[in-house]
Amino acid sequence: MADPVQLDDLHVTRDGAPVLRGLSLSLGPAERLAIVGSNGAGKTTLLRAIVGLQAATGTVQLFGQRCAAEADFAAARPHIGFLFQDSDDQLFCPTVLEDVCFGPRNLGRTPAQAEAAATRALAGLGVAHLADRVAHRLSGGEKRLVCLAGLLAMDPAVLLLDEPTNGVDAANGARLHAALAAFPGALILVSHDAAFVASLASRAALLEAGRLVPAEIHDHPHTHAHPHLHKAAP
Amino acid sequence: MIPADPRLRIAAAFAAVLSLSQLTAMPVAALACAGAVLAAAMSAGGLPWRRLMHLEGFVLMLLVTLPLTIPGTPLVRVGPLAASAEGLAQAALLGCKITAAVLTMTLLLAGLDPVRLGGALAGLRVPPRLVALFVATARYVETIGQEAARLRDAMRARGFRPRTDRHTLQSYGNLMGMLLVRSLDRAERVEEAMRARGFTRHLPLGEATPPTGPDIARATLIAGAAALLLLGDRAWPILSS
Repeated sequence: MADPVQLDDLHVTRDGAPVLRGLSLSLGPAERLAIVGSNGAGKTTLLRAIVGLQAATGTVQLFGQRCAAEADFAAARPHIGFLFQDSDDQLFCPTVLEDVCFGPRNLGRTPAQAEAAATRALAGLGVAHLADRVAHRLSGGEKRLVCLAGLLAMDPAVLLLDEPTNGVDAANGARLHAALAAFPGALILVSHDAAFVASLASRAALLEAGRLVPAEIHDHPHTHAHPHLHKAAP
Repeated sequence: MIPADPRLRIAAAFAAVLSLSQLTAMPVAALACAGAVLAAAMSAGGLPWRRLMHLEGFVLMLLVTLPLTIPGTPLVRVGPLAASAEGLAQAALLGCKITAAVLTMTLLLAGLDPVRLGGALAGLRVPPRLVALFVATARYVETIGQEAARLRDAMRARGFRPRTDRHTLQSYGNLMGMLLVRSLDRAERVEEAMRARGFTRHLPLGEATPPTGPDIARATLIAGAAALLLLGDRAWPILSS
């Protein structure tokens, strides 16, 4: 099977300033790549360029197919789930169920099939109880999980995750982690959450000066102290 | 030629458009239109082609519909419909007036930053609520536009392609609905943030400085030219008879 994502000599300029400068990347079918980098290093731009939402020069190959025009990207997008940094950008339907159905409906499923896929995806993330809630009034963590359900309902081969743990509490973070750990496909993870990255990624890279530099994930004990918050004794 | 003071620009534009709207003689309207086109072509920005394209589309519609709807001497007959010469003249007159007015507005107002325009409106004693409404709208139109663009990107990322079917209509409906809901939420948050910083229904829009002499002269010249056009317009029937 061809690599799901293969980038070669990618250049992106935004507002006159170069963001990506000759970036190359290949992602294997079950590889889990973590990308770290400072604010404004171009991590989101990179993810957007992969799915063709951001115009770039260089070559983008998705599943072995060279993608240049919007039509090429549009054909590949159903197989690539892109979790946006801001959940509110993704959730646009009134109820959770409708929103999760949106992707499967775009794939040409009937409303009944789409609903079945949506219900399955929500249940898989442990948030089936949210199905009839108003999407835009959920908590930050719930929104995140619903967004992810909207992608998983399309059965993608690749997930692109832009800061998945932003604004997510511990309980919902654990659900998110479990779901991503169980995801069989490839994923690219952009995150500041070192612990989250270390426990999910099989490879890491640093985005620096518009290129990817291989990085190392290692684990070593630290002696540390930090404040804790607990319920006060009555 | 164009005054620098935004208040004078608004006042001059208002006077000019007021005069232009009252023109009835075709030669005078054509003169005004030609003058405006010349002035716009000579300005730093050149002719605003994009704006004109939208506008002339509307004028074209007038040219097609007015001859058919205004009764008079028939020029052409298409089945039961007759295009009248009076209608055509009326449409041509309107076209000239509209083009002249829009070019004048573009020349005088397009270069102004929305916030300065707000300050100028306040300086012209427009009610503060209207000014605040205008400034906030000008500030957030782009933010809401960006929000819409991100929502559309997210839809595309999930394989959405517009077609002529129920799903597409429903999705666009949801998109519009969500934009409205979120704009309302944003408006509330912005208002709260403004109140948290001590906003009391009066926007601080900068010091009002008295307009300079040359600026007043420029504005007077523009308004005077417009008044002269109107005078010529009223005199035309007498002169040409």
